[in-house]
Amino acid sequence: MDIPAALSALARRLSPNATRALDARRLSGGASLETWTFDLDDGTALILRRRPPTGSMSQAALPLAAEAALLAAVDRRGAPVPEVVRICEPGDGLGEAYVMRRLTGETLGKRIVRDEAFAGVRPGLAARCGQVLATIHATPLDGLPPLATSDARGELARYEAVYRQSGAERPVFEAAFRWLADAAPAPVPAVLVHGDFRNGNLMVDPGKGLVGVLDWELSHLGDPAEDLGWLCVNSWRFGQWRRPVGGFGDYAALLDGYAASGGGEIALSRLLFWQALGSLKWGVMCLMMYASFASGADRSIERAMIGRRASETEADLVLLMERAA
Amino acid sequence: MITHPSATELEEALAAFQAGSPDDPRANFLVRVADNARATLEREAVLAPAAREAATNRLQALLDQDGDFESLNAQLCAALRAGRLDPLDHALLAHLRASALDQIAIDQPGYSGAAALIDAGA
Repeated sequence: MDIPAALSALARRLSPNATRALDARRLSGGASLETWTFDLDDGTALILRRRPPTGSMSQAALPLAAEAALLAAVDRRGAPVPEVVRICEPGDGLGEAYVMRRLTGETLGKRIVRDEAFAGVRPGLAARCGQVLATIHATPLDGLPPLATSDARGELARYEAVYRQSGAERPVFEAAFRWLADAAPAPVPAVLVHGDFRNGNLMVDPGKGLVGVLDWELSHLGDPAEDLGWLCVNSWRFGQWRRPVGGFGDYAALLDGYAASGGGEIALSRLLFWQALGSLKWGVMCLMMYASFASGADRSIERAMIGRRASETEADLVLLMERAA
Repeated sequence: MITHPSATELEEALAAFQAGSPDDPRANFLVRVADNARATLEREAVLAPAAREAATNRLQALLDQDGDFESLNAQLCAALRAGRLDPLDHALLAHLRASALDQIAIDQPGYSGAAALIDAGA
């Protein structure tokens, strides 16, 4: 399939004054989803998200049309997301795909937590994340595309099953599964949860701060504290472990920003439960990705080595269990 | 023995690894992963024997039993799974802390969680 040609053919429908697409190139990314960056000849900067015909769909991932519908829904609420320009139709020749505006900013977590350029926006970033999460979580559920619902106990059961299948014998994970099963908070009414709200999926501008929340493919309905806890998992603090919120802020700033924007009071203990579950999930995911090496499905060095990242979550979980003891 | 992956599996993956074009960002990323795997194997060769012996000694004390690392570690996992051992038991957590620090020293010595754990224990 000639993606640049198909985008040129679509140019007029993406922007009234455009006649063709320029500089279309694929950004490195996952095998199941392609991301292309391109411009129109009237200067419009765009992104194409498409699933190649051979692209597998993981169980949890949303269809792209649903992802685009979600972006549009939270955009209407005022959340910072790229504006969806077109959900592609079969006649567009791009397969399952949509086009959105290209935001500019930094997504590399290491730079956001360390570079001098972001020193001015870092102090306000945790509160801003709270504000944005409150906005996302307040999205009316009527009219959203069909989304899976999950809660703490369901997630624990799902990941424990994956862990059992791995054949690994890791006492930190065994202890964490039992501890978290006992500590699971009472369910609350489910809200729209981003599902992967972490440093790395946040686009930050050195002057404007958080300008874009990206990668909505794991969105679902669930406990609002899930998103707050996931943001605080140490694996995405990029070395800045003393700043629990994404490596750039403090718990109080995140929770206060959340409450001040109408998100309601979330107890720190509830956030910490989801943070611990987040570390445990990431640890099990590392084992799961290693399993594709062990089975022979993907014998790459990358797939082998990812298994050795499970131990980072063990260190993080021990610390959280010591605090709870 | 360290598993998921074992040192043998890392050696196999390294033996099969072929560097791609230096112009390709993905190929460059994989070269760094391979370098990292070699460094991990070197650290494991140096550190794993003593870590294993220390873990075995801790497990013998914790479970009040003799045995090798694999059988004692499997027993500990089974006891936790069955609820026979409190997951927040202090002696258990002391063992898990020491094991986690020894393992991260092999897998990812620069990982910040190790510094956080050491700081909390100070």
